Amino acid sequence: MPQISYREAIRHALAEEIERDKNVVLIGEEVGQFNGSYKVSEGLLAKFGPTRIVDTPISEAGFIGLGVGASMLGIRPVMELMFWSFYSVAFDQILNNAANVRYMSGGLINCPIVIRGPANGGTNVGATHSHTPENILAAHPGVKVVVPATPYDAKGLLKSAIRDNDPVFFLENTILYGDKGEVPTEEYLIPLGKADVKREGTDLTIVTYGRCVLHSLAAADLLQKEHDVSVEVVDLRSIRPLDIDTVLASVAKTHRVLIVEEQKPFASVGSQLAFMIQREAFDELDAPIHRLTTVDAPAIYSPPVEIEQLPNPQRILKAALELTA
Amino acid sequence: MNKKPSATADSKAETNVPSASPAVSAAINQQLSKDDKIAMFRTMMRIRRFEERALRAYQAKKIGGFLHLYIGQEAVAVGCCSLMGKNDHVITAYRDHGHAIAVGMGLNEQMAELYGRATGCSKGKGGSMHFFAPDRNFWGGHGIVGGQIPLGTGLAYALKYKGLKGAVMAFMGDGAVNQGAVHEAYNLASLWQLPVIFVIENNGYSMGTSQSRSSAGELAKRAEGYDMAWDICDGHDVYAVRATMDKYLKLAREECKPAVIEIRCYRYRGHSVADPDNTYRAKTEIEEYRTTKDPIQVYQKQLVSEGVLNDALIEKIDTAARAEADAAAEFAEASPYPTPDDIQKDVYWEADHPAERKSQGRLFFD
Repeated sequence: MPQISYREAIRHALAEEIERDKNVVLIGEEVGQFNGSYKVSEGLLAKFGPTRIVDTPISEAGFIGLGVGASMLGIRPVMELMFWSFYSVAFDQILNNAANVRYMSGGLINCPIVIRGPANGGTNVGATHSHTPENILAAHPGVKVVVPATPYDAKGLLKSAIRDNDPVFFLENTILYGDKGEVPTEEYLIPLGKADVKREGTDLTIVTYGRCVLHSLAAADLLQKEHDVSVEVVDLRSIRPLDIDTVLASVAKTHRVLIVEEQKPFASVGSQLAFMIQREAFDELDAPIHRLTTVDAPAIYSPPVEIEQLPNPQRILKAALELTA
Repeated sequence: MNKKPSATADSKAETNVPSASPAVSAAINQQLSKDDKIAMFRTMMRIRRFEERALRAYQAKKIGGFLHLYIGQEAVAVGCCSLMGKNDHVITAYRDHGHAIAVGMGLNEQMAELYGRATGCSKGKGGSMHFFAPDRNFWGGHGIVGGQIPLGTGLAYALKYKGLKGAVMAFMGDGAVNQGAVHEAYNLASLWQLPVIFVIENNGYSMGTSQSRSSAGELAKRAEGYDMAWDICDGHDVYAVRATMDKYLKLAREECKPAVIEIRCYRYRGHSVADPDNTYRAKTEIEEYRTTKDPIQVYQKQLVSEGVLNDALIEKIDTAARAEADAAAEFAEASPYPTPDDIQKDVYWEADHPAERKSQGRLFFD
């Protein structure tokens, strides 16, 4: 199987879907002539032309709202946000219009839009560019939220997202764009809402998603080698819909849960998970559910310290040992 | 003065409306048949009687939430929507009942929506501010000031993308022109030459703040900053609305030229029915508009002078409009509410089409 980068996997998904469906367009800042702020869309303008690959002004409320309106009339726009952090200036369009229009019309109108872009800290760009809004997005019934960790998952999930008839918010990661992984050349889809057990284990379940999957796998290696702790890593891949069954099955196997997420702790995705696990698997738990998040402050700039603010393998290792001691 | 003012809104109003519309000679008005003219008059009357009936229902506590009445602005929606072709579309803000009636939505489904009933146009899930009829190219009904304007621009984008010769009329109030989303939409529409007419229904008040206290400069003239055409027209005269809008709709449909059109109108009621309407404008001002510019009176007088309407026909149309509004209220009253089981329907397309669902996992939480 060929090894391609996370960035290429997303690009291939876009190209395949643009080729497959004439109503799919990529719209966003610098997606065309500039070849993508993070080179995700590199070469797509040359291949598909300016009708399918559309450069926008810096005007997120305007062009996201335009995409929502176009989707109501049957276009399937893939809107690129240079950073998901910029969702705040388009909040009304994303969470009043895209999320609510089907409901408020009594099911008469659909909004098959994908909004995608990176949502992560760890790049020393300060608090304004480091938001991870998956919890805020997923708090709105009507939307779907996907956070892929690997090139394979990114491609298969994005293709499903583009074919979905509901609004899907697809959160990528600038630090993962260069990561390589095996991706088959033949077409495949990964359904939204299906978690993936990235590593099997027996002593502790780490429930995580996005880049924290990679940190958790690294921590799991250390825990096995240095502490003889066998860790199972469950990658949610999709926040909403949520594959809670795979999580609960793992809890029933290990009886200990550590949630790892690049979120601030208050009302995070992990908060919701912890509620569901205690509610639905209380008798399986041998210890309180533990959680490792980003340290609760706006994203710090200072490069070496930002590493310590975010989840990292050493912080995960420490949290896991607190739970298994 | 007119001896039969009771045929329109206010029985006490003395009318002193202009005797002839200067727009009567416009080609788009010349081509109207007698039936077309009567149909437009009837639609204006149906809007007013619907709104009056809705107000009574609100006062009787049959309707919850907000209720933004269109009374006084009828010529705008009716004039604009009378020009709609197969590929023309409409989107508006929360004062949406007039547009809904003008595009042909039935009064029953609208009144039932106000009553929160399952037979409402949004199954009781949207309420007054959120009427939709995509089968009539009517895309709402939106609650956030200016928030619908990027959506309307997106509808125009879709028309152009699909190669359809149509135009979008994206309505907003005069209060919306200061919202950032509106300006972003203006820029995109002009930059990409999208077939959208931004229609500012200027009733003079952004809720309780007059235009002079909320907006700098001419409202429509801001279009110049975006290299778009703009115009102003009299919104009390349905012929004037048609004459102006026809010109710009043609440019939009044929040449993908966007424009900003300010239509000057007036609302007789408060911003919503919760507005006591006694702090920001004088009663004499309202009376002045009622007696000299009322769009139904203006058009009625015009059509009488044209020999299209007479007292008997006016009475018949008005009586029918009142009866239709009353019947809509009865229909609403007799309709069931949605059930608690309906709360989680119409949230996700996939949840409502389980046989075609591709995703897995939980969509809803408790």
